Amino acid sequence: RAAPHPAPGEGGEGRAYGWLRASTLRSGNAVHPPFASPATAALASWVPVVGLEIHVQISSNSKLFSGSQVQFAAPPNSLVSFFDASLPGTLPVLNRRCVEAAVMTGLALNCSINKKSLFDRKHYFYADLPAGYQITQQRVPIAVNGSLSYSLCIDNKMSQMVTKTVRIKQIQLEQDSGKSLHDDARSQTLVDLNRAGVGLMEVVTEPDMCCGEEAAAAVRELQLILQTLGSSQAIMAEGQLRVDANVSVHHPGEPYGVRTEVKNINSVRFLAKAVDYEIQRQIEELENGGTILNETRSFDSKLGCTIPMRDKEGKQDYRFMPEPNLPPLILYDAKSLPVNMNHQQVVNIDWIRERLPDLPSVKRAKLVELYGILPEHSFTLLNEDGLAEYFENVIKQTQMKPKKVIGWILNDLLSYLKQHALTVKDSPVSSFLLADLLNLLERREISSSAAKQVLEELWKGEGKTPLKIVKEKKLELIQDQKELEQICQSVIDRQEDEVIMMVLGRNQKVLNKLIGLVQRATRGRSNPVLVKQILEKKLSE
Amino acid sequence: MLRSMGFRLVSAALKEGRVTPTELCQRCLSLIKSTSFLNAYVTVAEETALKQAEESEKRYRRGQPLGVLDGIPIAVKDNFNTAGIETTCASNMLKGYISPYNATVVQKLLDQGAVLLGKTNLDEFAMGSGSTDGIFGPVRNPWSYSRQYKEKTPPKSSSENEESDWVITGGSSGGSAAAVSSFTCFVALGSDTGGSTRNPAAHCGVVGLKPTYGLISRHGLIPLVNSMDVPGILTRCVDDAAVVLGSLAGHDPKDATTIQDTFKPFELPNLIDVRKLCIGIPKEYHAPGLSSEILALWSKAADLFKDAGAKVIEVSLPHTRYSIVCYHVLCTAEVASNMARFDGLEYGHRADMNKSTESMYAATRREGFNDVVRGRILSGNYFLLKQNYENYFIKAQKVRRLIANDFVKVFGSGVDILLTPTTLSDAVPYMEFIKEDNRTRSAQDDILTQAANMAGLPAISIPTALSKRGLPVGLQFIGHSFQEKQLLTVAKWFEKQVKFPMIQLEEVKRHDCSVFQHQKSVSFL
Repeated sequence: RAAPHPAPGEGGEGRAYGWLRASTLRSGNAVHPPFASPATAALASWVPVVGLEIHVQISSNSKLFSGSQVQFAAPPNSLVSFFDASLPGTLPVLNRRCVEAAVMTGLALNCSINKKSLFDRKHYFYADLPAGYQITQQRVPIAVNGSLSYSLCIDNKMSQMVTKTVRIKQIQLEQDSGKSLHDDARSQTLVDLNRAGVGLMEVVTEPDMCCGEEAAAAVRELQLILQTLGSSQAIMAEGQLRVDANVSVHHPGEPYGVRTEVKNINSVRFLAKAVDYEIQRQIEELENGGTILNETRSFDSKLGCTIPMRDKEGKQDYRFMPEPNLPPLILYDAKSLPVNMNHQQVVNIDWIRERLPDLPSVKRAKLVELYGILPEHSFTLLNEDGLAEYFENVIKQTQMKPKKVIGWILNDLLSYLKQHALTVKDSPVSSFLLADLLNLLERREISSSAAKQVLEELWKGEGKTPLKIVKEKKLELIQDQKELEQICQSVIDRQEDEVIMMVLGRNQKVLNKLIGLVQRATRGRSNPVLVKQILEKKLSE
Repeated sequence: MLRSMGFRLVSAALKEGRVTPTELCQRCLSLIKSTSFLNAYVTVAEETALKQAEESEKRYRRGQPLGVLDGIPIAVKDNFNTAGIETTCASNMLKGYISPYNATVVQKLLDQGAVLLGKTNLDEFAMGSGSTDGIFGPVRNPWSYSRQYKEKTPPKSSSENEESDWVITGGSSGGSAAAVSSFTCFVALGSDTGGSTRNPAAHCGVVGLKPTYGLISRHGLIPLVNSMDVPGILTRCVDDAAVVLGSLAGHDPKDATTIQDTFKPFELPNLIDVRKLCIGIPKEYHAPGLSSEILALWSKAADLFKDAGAKVIEVSLPHTRYSIVCYHVLCTAEVASNMARFDGLEYGHRADMNKSTESMYAATRREGFNDVVRGRILSGNYFLLKQNYENYFIKAQKVRRLIANDFVKVFGSGVDILLTPTTLSDAVPYMEFIKEDNRTRSAQDDILTQAANMAGLPAISIPTALSKRGLPVGLQFIGHSFQEKQLLTVAKWFEKQVKFPMIQLEEVKRHDCSVFQHQKSVSFL
């Protein structure tokens, strides 16, 4: 951990680094410096190495070692127990829910779960760390040796996805710290201990990534997994998921370079930016004969660059020590579970394993297989919380083919929600209403352009059914053949030039224009297939 | 009689209405005042004590006392949290600190109607073996003022020097031992990390019990070494210790290191047969510096058992001699860690220093801790440094395991109880004691008691006899883990045999006359 204040005037400013494109980075995992001379270019290609330390706040009613409530944005210091404030004589009592969340996460990330793990104290003085140490799992963490598979698209083309894997080194349980607020004007520090002692899982990856986009995709997948498990809400903006990136570069075949740690990254997008910036900065530094310091840097999202953080007088010795107030954390499986043990008091790994929900990768595969949608659509469906369920609910209530439904979901629903910054849950149009509307379309009672008009009405959320809107706005398809023929005729009469061209050349474009005109005349109430037939017939007459 | 027999007779007197809780409380409070020169108490909670006594009195009047502890005056070492009553650890760091909660052991005693008279003196943060190194000054051993001591140790020269003849109580729970010894309370809580309950108990002629680690909750005990701390019980007799143990023992959801199994309180039998017992005499406890007087008492005690038909054998605990240095590393390391929380931010002393947070920390800790505490923090942090951790901390932990295994082997070979001295000698005069520094003293004085803490075993010091100087000497029994009943049973048998004399204190006598002269019915006084 490092001090939150970057020293003013240090590093960063005055340098203009060119942005590396992610696609360049991926070519053979080697990066060529932008200004390398032809003679050195072959030698001087660089391999970036990225590893992540991800702090995940466990979704739990109470803190890791105390009964205080966990809640975001509560009044300062309103959720602080005697233990959280480290009053003398208080002792930690492990929260079972946090252990279960960590086991669940470990299993979902293919880790081996340690049946016996230990807690340690990590010492440093900081205003928002009341005990002067953090209880963590340094020696034997709860889960080790896992992996996380994630997909990303090549050259920003959704249709070209590749799947990659990053190894998970370990998951450890630890306490969160409080929050310090530095009031420079009055030169004072305000401390809020609401967060102090909240349960964290620190997920440490191996340095298996090589660019910002990979790091971002891995974190995004982790976020989805955590949300699926319910082990964390994993909302980055609320600090429930915080990423530190370790970045280094080296020449192929040579040992890893000196790494820097980039902190203060608070969105997935910024993670990609921060990592790519840092890679490029290191390459340029080395190209210019400089050296990389093993330092902590802070990402400045406004400037889009990383800045060295004021490290606290050199390297810290955390003076790790076993936490003497907590016995080893023992977990059981079906085999080792003692017969006469109170089941409320033990955590059974197998019991948790059997109850794991479908993970995002499995869900995506199922969506593709069940509904025949494109793989990239399955990604989009899972990326929005609740969207896949919405989609499936619509499917259940409509006769329309899933392949057609997905278009309405992704193009209409999703873009509307995005535009209005709404979540799926808050959508004014329920899956039931949308299914209702799509059924009208499917039964050819309205045209698709009329359906879009109905949807516009539905967004208002006035409680009207699609059918009522259709009736009110008179959007039903004109079923009367004669009426339609008359309308077509009047369009033809008004568009002599086009008609002549049509007759001469059977021009599709022109035909489409005429169809459009009929649609306009009927305010979308005509069946385009029928109109086409009528027009073709009339023109060939 | 009343005093030497402990509180169970008093309980009976309370039940029969021969004395009321308020009378008892008032008597103790005025005794505290008349013996205040002992410096045993750092806080006397007169008002709340009287209120608690009044509540107790109501229960007795209704005929519904909460148990044998109802109305019994107690004292608590000032490193246990007491809601509403200052908890200082005899340190500037916590001077004026009023805790918002009761330690589990305090709460349990209060729940059973005990009357809390006040908080007792100690070495700062319990770091010491003399009860001489706290901000409130040293505790004086009540025996310094006994007829027994005065007769055998006449003042060296002038009356001026008489003032310097008083002896220490031992520590660090010296205030609690002195409080029980001087009859100002019936039960006192101490803490025992390396001998801090047994050592002063031996020097003050009272029973000092250190239960098995994990049997009694540490929640609310301000820690010295978490992995060795145990709340200690100081009483006038073994039976009392058993009753108090029964009321305190058992799982506490607030302390994860307490046992899960439920603890069944027990009563000690009056007729005890020691013939089936095997008493081990560990030869390593014949340590350098052991006074010939104590050595003689020790073998006399062994003979007592032998004569009664017990099997008495010499045993070996070969790693005992490493325990001091091992303890030093483990203790200071945990101290360094535990003391980190005292930074002046949330509670306790805060230095008047605004330059930066770090300089405020530094000034706060410099002003708040004495040299002993600061010294231990410094060495503990040294042992925990990355480059030293393996060589010191890990090694010390391994040695600790060896020490614990010594006991496992001996007990596994059929030994039921170990019999050892508690201290190397009787209590030394204060002027003598302070010639050595705290570290040297602690190392010497804990030598016979510490290993039990390393191994987490139950141990008890029983007042055995008076030395040539007229000062108490205690012997120690160490038992199997969680076998307190056996340990206390043996201790009770021994207590019965040795007939340790009662302290004869002028202050107490005078006091008794003034307070109780009208109470003709209290025949047992």
